[in-house]
Amino acid sequence: MFKEVIKYRDLLFMLTLRDIRIRYKQAAMGFLWAIFMPIVAILAGIIVKKVMAVMSGKPIDSSGILAIAIKVIPWTFFVSSIKFSVQSLVGNANLVTKIYFPREVLPLASIFACLFDLLIAGIALAVILIFTHIGATVYLLWLPVLLIFLVLFTAGLGLFLASANLFYRDIKYVVEIILMFGIFFTPVFYDANMFGNWQTLLLINPIGSILEAINSIVILHKMPNTFWLAYAGITSFAVFILGMEVFHKSEPLFAENI
Amino acid sequence: MNVIEFNGVWKKFRKGERFNSLRDRIPNLLRKKNPANNGMLNDKEFWALKNVSFQVKNGDVLGLIGANGAGKSTALKLLSRIMNPTKGEIKIEGRLSALIEVTAGFHNELTGRENIYLNGTIMGMTKKEIDSKFDKIVDFSGIAEFIDTPVKRYSSGMYSRLGFSVAAHMDPDILLVDEVLAVGDIAFQAKCAQKMRELLNSGTTIMLVSHNLPLIQNLCKRVILLNKGEIIKEGTPDEVIPYYQNIVYGKQEEELKKRILSDSDKVAINTDSLVNISDVLLYNGELKHKTEFRIGEPISIKLNYEAKERIENPIFTIDVIRADGVLCCSSNTKDDNFAIASIDGRGAIDINLGNLNLAPATYFAKISIWDKEMVHPYVIRKNDVFRIQAGGCSGEIKAVFIPEVKWKTTT
Repeated sequence: MFKEVIKYRDLLFMLTLRDIRIRYKQAAMGFLWAIFMPIVAILAGIIVKKVMAVMSGKPIDSSGILAIAIKVIPWTFFVSSIKFSVQSLVGNANLVTKIYFPREVLPLASIFACLFDLLIAGIALAVILIFTHIGATVYLLWLPVLLIFLVLFTAGLGLFLASANLFYRDIKYVVEIILMFGIFFTPVFYDANMFGNWQTLLLINPIGSILEAINSIVILHKMPNTFWLAYAGITSFAVFILGMEVFHKSEPLFAENI
Repeated sequence: MNVIEFNGVWKKFRKGERFNSLRDRIPNLLRKKNPANNGMLNDKEFWALKNVSFQVKNGDVLGLIGANGAGKSTALKLLSRIMNPTKGEIKIEGRLSALIEVTAGFHNELTGRENIYLNGTIMGMTKKEIDSKFDKIVDFSGIAEFIDTPVKRYSSGMYSRLGFSVAAHMDPDILLVDEVLAVGDIAFQAKCAQKMRELLNSGTTIMLVSHNLPLIQNLCKRVILLNKGEIIKEGTPDEVIPYYQNIVYGKQEEELKKRILSDSDKVAINTDSLVNISDVLLYNGELKHKTEFRIGEPISIKLNYEAKERIENPIFTIDVIRADGVLCCSSNTKDDNFAIASIDGRGAIDINLGNLNLAPATYFAKISIWDKEMVHPYVIRKNDVFRIQAGGCSGEIKAVFIPEVKWKTTT
């Protein structure tokens, strides 16, 4: 199944380009689109932080706001990737029923297009971080690894949900609701360790452990927790392989069930 | 060498509504589920293909014909791997591409240039390949001027021309064609035909699905006739096409009869006319009712009538009308100077139409009896359907008559 996707890599590239082009062509905001959703999310996060600061009587520190920013960007990548990939097969029904190509490229292309947004937003944030003299450490080398975990996990889930939504059209609505409130169940606006012993519950979600790890290497200049790092890595790979497997197994049924 | 092999292929489809949401599915899980059965049908399923086997050799041009719903498109979809067969196996050697739905990969917001790349890669080309063929594709499509315009601004002709141009430049080993050659204006169609000929000469294996029988006749060496999912005839175009035409005319005849029946129900109110045509016999030689005639076979009609009152100088007319409404011939006793002084009670008239030489199709006879001025018809009967069988002749016949022409060369 990987071989075919690699054979059709040009198609994957073209579809990604299509999704990016359409998004940036239609939106008057152009490239601002990539940072629009993160900015709104960060503003929401600051309000949450402010409320917590008022309650506890401690002022907000700038590193707290930066922590929100660094976690919001991967989170919005995750949310929009899942949102677009769930729809990717049903939204391209005319292709699925008429032309043969490995269908994996459809959800993967929507995820890659979101990865492009992540890149733009990431660059914007990097510039801000440089101005705030946050400083860099050797731990930053973990960043690409964590991003790979994030992409693998997102891709696995996206592939699974895309095929599930093809067979059961209401999956999309279930996913939308979960994504809408998911931000409260994931350590984005707050840190997992604020929950003491309960933090395990938040970190079992691989997105949670990945976000915490990113926060610790970029803002806190610390080596991430090895256990949760390993956990995130293993689950990401497992989810990716599983997602590919399920997708590939159900692929022959797509054309007649769409 | 066989490049395509269909070995006992079956394909099952479902009709009607099906569960496609969790909301429907979850309550249903509680109920006992039927064990999955590959070979059996339940009442909501049907076979789109039944035990279809054929081979195509390298460089062959195979035609696939059949009425709507015969399973042609299903066969092509299985071939292009969009779907998998329920049973049986399909083997394909080499790169396969399909001239089917050539614009399916287009996105309206993108320009022609962007769409060439997008559509090309969807069809299986690499970016490099498209780079090298880009100029040829644009040139072929003839829309170089608009190549940087979003395709949503294209006319429908430009749209499909661009799609066809991309698809035509794929250089496949096996090409599937499904009724797409009728794209664009005459000049573009000539280009397409030229391209097809190039492909034919280059040894590409082609599978052609079309209702255009002359095209099948000209291009294909072998034709397969599908009907209701089964191969019912395979052979040269000359053998298979007449067979197919007979099926089509048979269907037409059924439809025509149905239509006539429903029509005669409507006009049944004024049956209390002075004359009734009680019985009509179509025959040749022997006095036996026939509904199928060969081309050039003499046709005679015998009609029995019953007049309730005495009618002076009635006029009998006979029209032969093709299923699509074309009046093929018309005669009446007045113009033929066959005077009938009067009719009263039961009687019969015999009409010998001779060798009409009608082309293969479905026809019906319209028989009517008029008053002497031909102002008012006493009765009109048009439910006698007959069919001229196709046989040996080529292609689709658009003419009404096939006269027995003698050709010779003179100086």
